[in-house]
Amino acid sequence: MDRKEYDRLAEELKPGGHRVKNGLNAFLYGGVIGAIAQGLLEFFMNAYHCSEKDAIPMMTITLVFVACLLTGLGLYDNIAKHAGAGTFIPITGFANSMTSSALDSKSEGLIMGIGSNMFKLGGTVITYGIVSASLLGVIRYVFTLFG
Amino acid sequence: MSSRFLGNSIKFNNVYIVSTGTTCGPLEFQGPLGTYFDKGFNDHHCGEDSFEKAERKMLRDSLDICLKREKLKYKDIDIYLGGDLMNQNTTVHYLAREITKPFIGIYGACSSFALSMGLSSLLIEAGFVNQAIAMVSSHNATAERQYRYPVEYGVQKKPTTTFTATGAVSTLLTHQPTQVRVESLTLGRVIDYSQDDPNDMGRAMAPAAFDTITTHFQDLKRSFKDYDLVVTGDLSTYGHQILKEMLQRQKIDVVHYNDCGCMLYDTQKQEVFQGGSGCACSALVTMGYLYPQLKEKKLKRVLVVATGALLSPMMSAQKESIPCVAHAISLEVVE
Repeated sequence: MDRKEYDRLAEELKPGGHRVKNGLNAFLYGGVIGAIAQGLLEFFMNAYHCSEKDAIPMMTITLVFVACLLTGLGLYDNIAKHAGAGTFIPITGFANSMTSSALDSKSEGLIMGIGSNMFKLGGTVITYGIVSASLLGVIRYVFTLFG
Repeated sequence: MSSRFLGNSIKFNNVYIVSTGTTCGPLEFQGPLGTYFDKGFNDHHCGEDSFEKAERKMLRDSLDICLKREKLKYKDIDIYLGGDLMNQNTTVHYLAREITKPFIGIYGACSSFALSMGLSSLLIEAGFVNQAIAMVSSHNATAERQYRYPVEYGVQKKPTTTFTATGAVSTLLTHQPTQVRVESLTLGRVIDYSQDDPNDMGRAMAPAAFDTITTHFQDLKRSFKDYDLVVTGDLSTYGHQILKEMLQRQKIDVVHYNDCGCMLYDTQKQEVFQGGSGCACSALVTMGYLYPQLKEKKLKRVLVVATGALLSPMMSAQKESIPCVAHAISLEVVE
């Protein structure tokens, strides 16, 4: 059997994914996280009588803390397997990537383990976050010269 | 020397299985074959402070159980052969420090079980050694960590994924007759059908299993009908369907065929996606479940085709496809 024929056969037998179900789940879980975040934001604004700008970091830190705690308790991956992109895309996904990498490498100690491996998965988000922010900054600056 | 290779295969006349020791993790113990294994651990740490040490403990326990059955000590064995899935064959090599006898570390990914049994058999058949131990281990958390993502990483896995089995198996082989013997070995060729998805091992490995099975049948002039059971190592539900179809398209009558990855777990109830994989998968099913049936003569002759994806995460990142291999051994009741 040649490789083309093999690929055709393998595609025919391939187990179907649950795209619609996964999409709906991601929408629901992501939406719930968004709603909780909005609730937290309004809570902080009212409780501390601060502006939205000041309350946003408090809300973000709370979400990150909860995601890290759930990862440490071994619960986050159980939620994420249903939620998919719903927990992956919000900042909770980033928090989980760092905590899970840190947990995984704790047996190699603080320096060679946690310190050097914590950004193993999240590092790419930071790198390209900074790169794209710089690029967009340059583009914005160019526009302001003419605008 | 009594035997020679016929093509890629060799028949043995003087290799017998004396004893075995099987240990496994929680999911394997709760699975349909759980009661057949010597020892099951309730958690993946096995009382150790890292997963790597836990895997070594499982392997040490399997070796101790295997030797204790025959009242033997480490020093009574002529040679040890073993493999696991870790870089540098970590588990077997770090255990070998305690053994103080010659040790050969082998790597065939998930095919290491058949490879270690086959190479041990070759040494015994040739008369170089009288007793050899073949051992393998794999651990879900150590393999996930090395080949995929951190254990607690929240990611939705593909439906084609397989689940690395947690377990270890040691088998003592000798030249003195017992109830069950290793009857033949077919060494596999490395086959690459341009499959590059590390989350779809069944599809990558099926062509290697096909090659080894057809070569084995051709070399020894046999078919599926000559065996009471033919098992592949860890093709999983998807991969074993592909293999069946490939064989049928070649007009090969497929009977008494199953896959260890589908046998080790209840793929409907347990969360293992397409089924089990890893060195321990074929080893646990063969030595824990099939070997006792051979001893009781419920099965007369079985063929175990252990499949291995020789994948390197580094080469996958460089967009290379996955080389795969399958080695086959047949076990037979001594009449």
